[in-house]
Amino acid sequence: MRETEYPRLGERVWRETLPNGLEVIVVRKPYHVRKYAFFAARYGGMDLRFQLEGRRRVTPAGVAHYLEHKLFESQDGNLMQEMGRSGVDPNAFTAEDMTAYYFSCTDGFYRHLGELLRFVTAPYFTRESVERERGIIAQEIRMTEDDPEWRAYEGMMRCLYGDGPAALPVVGTVESIQSITPQLLYDCHRAFYTPANMVLVCVGDVEPDRAAEIAMEILPAESGPVPAREVEKQNGFIPLRREAMLEMEVSMPQFMAGFKCPAHLTGETLLREGMIGDLACDALFGESSPLYTQLYGQGLINSSLGGGFDQLPGACQLYVGGDAREPRRVLDEILAEARRLGEQGIPEDFFRQIRRAAYGGMLRGLNSFEGIAGSLAEGRFDGYDYFRFPEIFGTVTKQDVEAFLREHITPEHAAISLVVPPPRGAAEV
Amino acid sequence: MTRQQLLPGVYLTYLPSEKFKTSILSAQMVVPLRRETAALSALLVNVLSRGTSHCPDMAALNRRLDLLYGAQLDPTVRKKGENQVFGFTASCVEDRFLPAGERLLEPMADLLGDLFCRPATRNGRLDWDFVSSERDNLADLIRGDINDKEIYASLRLLEEMCAGEPYGVRRMGSAGDVEKISLQRLDRYYREVLARARLELFYCGSARLERVRGALERAFAAMPRQGEIPLFPVLRREAPETPRVVVEEMDVGQGKLCVGFRAASGDAPAMRLVNAMFGGVVSSRLFTQVREKLSLCYYADSVYHLRKGIVTVSAGIDAEHYQRTLDEILRQLDAIASGEWEDWELESAQNILRSNLRSMTDSARAMEDFCVGQAAVGGVQTPEDIARELEGVTRERIMAAARSVRPDTIYFLRGRGERL
Repeated sequence: MRETEYPRLGERVWRETLPNGLEVIVVRKPYHVRKYAFFAARYGGMDLRFQLEGRRRVTPAGVAHYLEHKLFESQDGNLMQEMGRSGVDPNAFTAEDMTAYYFSCTDGFYRHLGELLRFVTAPYFTRESVERERGIIAQEIRMTEDDPEWRAYEGMMRCLYGDGPAALPVVGTVESIQSITPQLLYDCHRAFYTPANMVLVCVGDVEPDRAAEIAMEILPAESGPVPAREVEKQNGFIPLRREAMLEMEVSMPQFMAGFKCPAHLTGETLLREGMIGDLACDALFGESSPLYTQLYGQGLINSSLGGGFDQLPGACQLYVGGDAREPRRVLDEILAEARRLGEQGIPEDFFRQIRRAAYGGMLRGLNSFEGIAGSLAEGRFDGYDYFRFPEIFGTVTKQDVEAFLREHITPEHAAISLVVPPPRGAAEV
Repeated sequence: MTRQQLLPGVYLTYLPSEKFKTSILSAQMVVPLRRETAALSALLVNVLSRGTSHCPDMAALNRRLDLLYGAQLDPTVRKKGENQVFGFTASCVEDRFLPAGERLLEPMADLLGDLFCRPATRNGRLDWDFVSSERDNLADLIRGDINDKEIYASLRLLEEMCAGEPYGVRRMGSAGDVEKISLQRLDRYYREVLARARLELFYCGSARLERVRGALERAFAAMPRQGEIPLFPVLRREAPETPRVVVEEMDVGQGKLCVGFRAASGDAPAMRLVNAMFGGVVSSRLFTQVREKLSLCYYADSVYHLRKGIVTVSAGIDAEHYQRTLDEILRQLDAIASGEWEDWELESAQNILRSNLRSMTDSARAMEDFCVGQAAVGGVQTPEDIARELEGVTRERIMAAARSVRPDTIYFLRGRGERL
């Protein structure tokens, strides 16, 4: 395997693309007793439309997540039980653009790695078991519907993207999952869980060659065709709606504001844009920003205020939200501050301060095996090497962040979603 | 790993490690857990976290932390045995990943020292604005315990079962106790703990011991040390003949059943394994039998409170399953005591506990919590020592330890108007 050393991070990484197209990445961590494996497919909740072998497929929302649930049921029922008895508790998540399966352990890593690769790539489900899962997933969906924070976020995404894939929940809706059949699950598994569309990341004191050998032994010798992801074309950055409002049993109004930004970046430009977006958040409403201190002092926000910058396939937005009695006023203050920073510039010493904190935060992230594996897998799918972040961060300037604020954080690009308590007295009616 | 005295009543646990990107520095006061002082300690640490004489408000403190490359500073209040441990845990990026010449350990130690010894004051006392706003926040936070019914039910079980014992006092005291605290009272308490409470310092990172000692001795040199607040061994009680039952009603969909047991056995390794086999790990009986096979509950697990010698079970159930679930929980414990189990159950428990203990050394935060806990109750074991002790435990020792576990209190939180 090919070894790369990253002296600024104190990390060494082994990489190889196997003959079947699977990328294997091993981050060696000597002196650690924990070993971690992360096996991911480039297939997420937003991948509703794709081309496979020249044919276009359109699928309902929620298939990737449904499939994730079903893969934990293997034909060899003892597999999960064996793992459980060894104290290994494999888990998984489905994101907008990725589905990942992972476990960690101290002993028997290579055996468990084989078990993980086996159950993820050997689907087995029957009509009955798929039917049973429908109720469980519907329950999960209903639970998210009771979560005001989630509803505020979803409302914002709908304002920005209407009913495009970015605005649909990864888990789907109770209606959309009704039409999911065993055959559809098998088809999507065959399309996306093919070695060349996947990555295996191991972190810990793992022998790179041995991990690669196990992957070769268990996975198919040849990859199927890699499906082509169909990405929505962005049609300007004007939200489809400016505002959404929903009544729920909350003690105080909650809001989520979003600003539509350009997507379609790949490679290191994508990583770099992410850093600029994150610094823009820090400068604008981070805990040590002037605006945060001012709004907190005025009682307009509390410590729940927070946000981030998300880059998804064909969709990209900066978002900010929290509890606030006057959410529209908070949005106005944020827009005014963005304009001020964009026009008058971010003070030098404040920029140096947030830059330092951001760099420290990225380094701190490398303490987490989960964080390392997730970042490297994302980088593999999007065409960059995450461990080059110190070099890329070094190229981000104050002017980049000011330009970002000036161009994207403007009233034209903004939408706000509110979750408010029902009007008083309504309960008695 | 070493532990040594720096100043009278001030100890440093030093754990050298090159494994992490960040180092951890923690400063924790240790006092007996008592109803009269629990809320005072919790409020004090929140007030101290608002500012120092050098960084007199949150904005200045945040700026300082940003400039230390995004250092983190967390106020902590923990219950360890029947002691209360409160203070700050700080972490910052290791110097070797920063531009040449940057040294973060010394400024971080100074900041910790300032938080304790040089708080933001007004007229020579703790700042009244900070005290009154943090008092409201803390009372709200403690009242918020009721929001998570699973946590709330576990807290209520301990309050009922250990009423009159220090162990029944909540980690941060009660909201009512917090609201009664005056500035004078808090200021007096601050001066008392600063002078007399045991201070446990912890460092995990790549700096040499001499450097860590030097930085901390300087940072805490201003502490006026005069004698030490004594700590006491935990109270151990026996279970009553018939367990007590406490039922409460609330607007909840899912009932919460908690069972507290007294474990008289002094065989700690065997007791750890009994708990793991019973409900402590994924292969346990509560998980595989009561939850998965019999589908009696949404979740069920057990915790062994080692120092106190009690075991608590927590389960989420439909109220109609109350009696069946309770019977089944007791039956599973009896089965372990009478040897009705297969060898793989013990092996699995040993493997999982060993793996958990050894994994702890991969997390500086987990090691901080472990070491502070050991120091607070006078323990001297390493995770590896504990893992080794699990090896030779026999079937007979498991059975004997399980026989010593007897139900003490049953707490059930159910929806209003539901029948048992």
